[in-house]
Amino acid sequence: MSNVPADLKYTKSHEWLRTLPDGTIEIGITDHAQHALGDLVFVEAPEAGRSVKAGEPCAVVESVKAASDVYSPVTGEVLAGNPELASEPEIVNTEPYGGGWLMRVRPAAGGATAQLLSPAEYEKLLQEEGD
Amino acid sequence: MGRQTPLFELHRELGARIVDFGGWDMPVQYSSQIGEHHAVRRAAGVFDVSHMCVVDLKGVRVRAFLRYLLANDVEKLVRPGKALYSCMLNESGGVLDDLIVYYLSDSWFRVVVNAGTRDKDLAWIRKHAPEFDVSVLERTELAMLAIQGPEARGKAAKLLSRVGAATALELDTFVGREIDGWFVARTGYTGEDGFEVMLPSSDAVRVWRELNSLGVASCGLGARDTLRLEAGMNLYGNDMDEKTHPFESGLAWTVAMEPRDRRFIGREALEAIKSSGSARKLVGLVLEDRGVLRSHQQVTVPGVGVGETTSGTFSPTLERSIAFARVPAGSGDRVQVDIRGKLLNARVVKPPFVRFGKAVVA
Repeated sequence: MSNVPADLKYTKSHEWLRTLPDGTIEIGITDHAQHALGDLVFVEAPEAGRSVKAGEPCAVVESVKAASDVYSPVTGEVLAGNPELASEPEIVNTEPYGGGWLMRVRPAAGGATAQLLSPAEYEKLLQEEGD
Repeated sequence: MGRQTPLFELHRELGARIVDFGGWDMPVQYSSQIGEHHAVRRAAGVFDVSHMCVVDLKGVRVRAFLRYLLANDVEKLVRPGKALYSCMLNESGGVLDDLIVYYLSDSWFRVVVNAGTRDKDLAWIRKHAPEFDVSVLERTELAMLAIQGPEARGKAAKLLSRVGAATALELDTFVGREIDGWFVARTGYTGEDGFEVMLPSSDAVRVWRELNSLGVASCGLGARDTLRLEAGMNLYGNDMDEKTHPFESGLAWTVAMEPRDRRFIGREALEAIKSSGSARKLVGLVLEDRGVLRSHQQVTVPGVGVGETTSGTFSPTLERSIAFARVPAGSGDRVQVDIRGKLLNARVVKPPFVRFGKAVVA
């Protein structure tokens, strides 16, 4: 059974969002997603300054098996991609909600947001997908 | 739901993730694909390969039949138990399948073909067998385990009788024989020492559990794929198929053009290709930039032309990405691979990448 922390928001495409005290948003992939992908061996996190759009690919995570796109849940500007993941992509497996964050984004004022799920709604989605 | 091996329920119990492979429900990994890979390189792992198709061919002219059916020459097999790797070709020289053939007696050979090609292989073999009065019997009642790694033979031998263990440990590479009611062969698909064991289905679960208790790790098809690619071994359907011939698939070494008077299916096509020279070749690639090579990525050879990766992965042993690629015959040692629109640098190497636990490419 996957870990779904109660203090985060989620997307249908298995990203999580954490709103930081300054209003910026930290984004990563969920425990369910990292488990489904298996051992991660390469992460292409976005560079600071890049614009991302809600619902569009913003990063790539690759396991031994396959490459997967990560979709930005929000429209805004990337403040930072996680620099640790270039040399240690496996942090996404071991700490998907902590050290394995992918990017921090400053949401654009009035920018679009993907449909976000509460922890309960995300758990329901996982049950429907047979987790 | 696909076909299931006698070990299916055990795989589930062991927490395997199950995927479809050639119409079979097979374990792709148990806990960690990389962990399973390292277990085989450093100690021992066991794979369920019961989905593979074991076919016994019997008849007084079985050797003549196989000399006609296969691109390699079973005349090389002089000692009973000896195995040979070969392609089975169509008339155009395209690869119908790759297989292992064992010489068991002068009237009995055994071939092991891929699961995904089972139906067409059996049809092809049955089409040509009557001319040689050879009977074709699929051994569906057998399970097959591959026990691989530097400690694999020692651990597997513990499951045999005292005499059986001694016999098994004396087997030369690429030789198999009947031991304690099992067929034990010193073969594999990982680049490590080990056994492939064919045994009655009813023994499979017990044997798997005993191997686990001896410290042999359960390994899935995911690790099997990274191990075979590191070992420089082709995968049918990825690296060669009916549209490609052995000379452009890194398999020239498996084609016996000598003796010249041996007629075999595909020979005329291969002679024509040989006299004009193969336009393409299969090479190994080591990615020098960060990223992961996958199959079907475009390969650019500066000043020469383009090609395509046929298999690619992250190599757990080398900790970088490796691939096979089919490129123009005149390609040198540097290429670029298009990964999501970026051209990344790769070096051309001669496989294998890894042998007996050690990197063999710089």
